[in-house]
Amino acid sequence: MNVAFRVEHGSRSSQVGVVLFAALLVLLVAAPAWGGRDDLRLLSEIYAYVALASLWNLLAGYAGLVSVGQQAFVGLGGYVLFASTIIGGLHPLVAVPLAGAVAAVVALPTAGLLFRLRGHYFAIGTWVVAEVFRLIASQISTLGGGSGISLPSGIVIAMASTRQWREFLMYWVALALVAVVLGAIVLLLRSRYGLALTAIRDNELAARSNGVDVVSTKLVVYVLTAFGTAMVGALIFLQKLRISPDTAFSINDWTAFVIFITVIGGIGRVEGPIIGTLVFFLLRQTLADLGSLYLLMLGAVAIAVMLVAPKGIWGFFAERFGWQLLPLQRRLRLAADVRTT
Amino acid sequence: MHWVNIIIQGVLIGGLYAMFAAGLALIFGVMRLVNIAHGDLIVLAAYLALMVTDTIGLDPLLAIVIVVPIMAVIGYALQRGLLNRTLGDDLLPPLLVTFGLSIIIQNGLLELFTADSRRLRVGAIEVATFPLFEGVWIGILPLLQFAAAIAVIGALQVLFYRSALGRAFRATADDAAVAQLMGLDNRHIFALAMALSLAVVAIAGVFIAVRTNFDPAIGPTRLIFGFEAVIIGGLGSMWGTLAGGIILGVAQAIGAQIDPGWQLLAGHLAFLAILAVRPEGLFPKVRG
Repeated sequence: MNVAFRVEHGSRSSQVGVVLFAALLVLLVAAPAWGGRDDLRLLSEIYAYVALASLWNLLAGYAGLVSVGQQAFVGLGGYVLFASTIIGGLHPLVAVPLAGAVAAVVALPTAGLLFRLRGHYFAIGTWVVAEVFRLIASQISTLGGGSGISLPSGIVIAMASTRQWREFLMYWVALALVAVVLGAIVLLLRSRYGLALTAIRDNELAARSNGVDVVSTKLVVYVLTAFGTAMVGALIFLQKLRISPDTAFSINDWTAFVIFITVIGGIGRVEGPIIGTLVFFLLRQTLADLGSLYLLMLGAVAIAVMLVAPKGIWGFFAERFGWQLLPLQRRLRLAADVRTT
Repeated sequence: MHWVNIIIQGVLIGGLYAMFAAGLALIFGVMRLVNIAHGDLIVLAAYLALMVTDTIGLDPLLAIVIVVPIMAVIGYALQRGLLNRTLGDDLLPPLLVTFGLSIIIQNGLLELFTADSRRLRVGAIEVATFPLFEGVWIGILPLLQFAAAIAVIGALQVLFYRSALGRAFRATADDAAVAQLMGLDNRHIFALAMALSLAVVAIAGVFIAVRTNFDPAIGPTRLIFGFEAVIIGGLGSMWGTLAGGIILGVAQAIGAQIDPGWQLLAGHLAFLAILAVRPEGLFPKVRG
């Protein structure tokens, strides 16, 4: 019997969600027209965290590769940008995708080593790799060694004619990058690889027994996230205009915050990191004066969420109301005429 | 002779790394838990030793007698109240909760004690040495610390294989469900394992406090050293952690001789090399 069917990704809520996202994108593209310099800077920072958290979520939430060493690729991206513009004379915006490509190439042998460690030990292994990168970076004296280096003003000035346009340009690049990262993740999850990844997320053993090549799927995700993470890292340090081993490979800035954002927002769902980043920045704008106490509270909140509502804020709403902001579900619809026969 | 000296110093510091590793290996062996806050708990123990010596005026090495039980109680409570709830098939909760714990301890210590680096003074013993042979001098304190490491690991080995508690640990590690059917209370056994792990952490913490400067941020590096020693030595092997610690210590000592900036890097590279050549470690006992 030949059964006619199709797979439906969307739902009523995802139609609303997509319209909301489109409207938001238009609003954000126009931000230079309505926002001040501080607004643009804050928004750029939010984009960077949405992108980092979304990538980490893909890695840990879907592929089950819990890394606490993604700062390795943030820092690597930043350093590739500084090296290729200062030494290689490349245009900074060309250096951003180059940083991604270099990281992807570096990620292959790294994965070869780290994939030998299982589960928990994989996590600490990623941390060792990040430490190795940091120590190597502090040995490179042409890039300032342990004390770091600033981006020469000539390189920055060459990007656009006026300071204002430079800021607009960087803002749009940051927005474009987060849009591309999110778009790529949605496309990946809707593809057959996404089906394999979701299966791995839900039960690795069951996925394997259904013929999913778990190891190579994980490898692809690891390399892709390295690519994306390094591009975000390159852009972050292009905006900061200064890099040093300690800031580039900071576990607090590029991993602890990112993990807390994802856990609080909802791990294993694309919407989670977006919601988490918004919560993170709302809290930060109000509690930033607390300094290290803020980080302490964030850690406590993340632990509480993990214990009480392990699927995070968005997971709670998604399960309770069946919401999804992006068309990612798979529902089998049989053609009506076939069903009756 | 110069190099003999360097290697001996590396071996002695390796004892400290083995103590970091033994606590990690113990809880991993019993409940497959990797405690990311392990290094920060070592630093917490160092600060406890500082408080004990500051308030009571006790000799820092004697402070062990007070710090060990305090850390053991913290370990029991931590496991019973928090970590037991994270155990299960999913890897994510224990990792993220101990990661959160690590950030909390680090920033809590930062609030209480500031970022200033501290040190415990133990007087003349700090610089006391004796000549092993021509040109090679051994420090009393490093030797004491190495002896402590061997004693700790030997005691854990005996406890694991010769005592009723050790039998309960091994039974729970082999099959938690069956162990429970036999009348063991897993939650209690796990909490005891964590208490023991933190007792070892306490000894390591006191030795760190008297040997080097410490500040709230040094925990993660200690976790990494311990972890590297565990993997080099091979999962599940107590004496393997000692071998792993020694290899790490020697690699760092040799690296430091080549270039001071290479000390940590040489240790990490030795670890990565062993991971590449012999991923199961040198003396593996369990798999997974």
